[in-house]
Amino acid sequence: MSDVGLSESGWVHRADAPHGAEDRMGLLTNLKDSISRAASTLFSEEDPKRIGIYGPPNAGKTTLANRIARDWTGDAVGPESHVPHETRRARRKENVEIERDGKTVTIDIVDTPGVTTKVDYTEFLEHDMEKDDAVRRSREATEGVAEAMHWLREDVDGVIYVLDAAEDPFTQVNTMLIGIIESQDLPVLILANKIDLEEASVQRIRNAFPQHETTPLSALEGDNMDEVYDQIAEYFG
Amino acid sequence: MPEAKHPDDDASGVQIDMISAERMDGKTTMEKIRTILDGVREGNIVILESGLTPDEESRLIEVTMTEISPDEFNGIEIETYPQSQADDSSLLGRLMGREETKKLTVIGPANQIETLHKDETLISALVSRK
Repeated sequence: MSDVGLSESGWVHRADAPHGAEDRMGLLTNLKDSISRAASTLFSEEDPKRIGIYGPPNAGKTTLANRIARDWTGDAVGPESHVPHETRRARRKENVEIERDGKTVTIDIVDTPGVTTKVDYTEFLEHDMEKDDAVRRSREATEGVAEAMHWLREDVDGVIYVLDAAEDPFTQVNTMLIGIIESQDLPVLILANKIDLEEASVQRIRNAFPQHETTPLSALEGDNMDEVYDQIAEYFG
Repeated sequence: MPEAKHPDDDASGVQIDMISAERMDGKTTMEKIRTILDGVREGNIVILESGLTPDEESRLIEVTMTEISPDEFNGIEIETYPQSQADDSSLLGRLMGREETKKLTVIGPANQIETLHKDETLISALVSRK
């Protein structure tokens, strides 16, 4: 065993002072090995990229997050609902390993609350909710949107932007969010969800965001998920 | 706007504050957001000549969310023309460390302003009294 090496702090230490060419060679070899080990640790154990799933309320973000998580980990991320703002806290599913072409891409999926500039509790009353529940839900929804914006500025490495292909994509929230994502130079994958609906139009989304590639899918039915996983591996791998 | 005179009778009309780029230029992000939200919470329509940067928009959404209160303030409606995709200066600006602001921006209380139509060249909105 050598008497010279790198300690955990990176400083060279030794048991006895080295003498002569043999000792110097040993020192160099050990230094080389240590640097090689440090470099290997740096690059191979890199934290998985955190990919935020963003979009307006009811675009199918949680349905997609659950589809991805179930396909690759067997677990779900959170409950899905047709009532807007079902997701009111960002939820992270860690270490989702997606296999493509013999390679594995590991990401953390962050399912975020739908982003909006307004929340009116009376809209929840239309979903058979009592006023107290509607008010509580709207308060939680506002906190969730603020949280989603914070994650976007500070804590995500890439974005999957989900849009309901049956809805008009040309809204201010979509324009602003895509602008915010672009200003941070985050890689963004735009998904046109709900293509199982008759009124869905993928082309309308392509026209709204021509600077990005749009991939169609139905997260609910699992349609075109292979292409979605190919894209995830390409954009975030 | 603190120095603007507000009509005593809210039902008499809708106040529109058109804020020049020059007036917003020296303000910090939070000062800009306060100028906008104070006006909007008074029931005014705020029009910005030079708009906000993406980061300022992000913070405006966040602060708006913290101020929403049932039966009092439902949030904002905001409309701005989208950035021209052919605008090379945007990329150059980012490379130079500058953030491009968007074009003319209209912001109002969510319960008083409704967007009727929007495209690259036209924003049509319906404004109602409180």
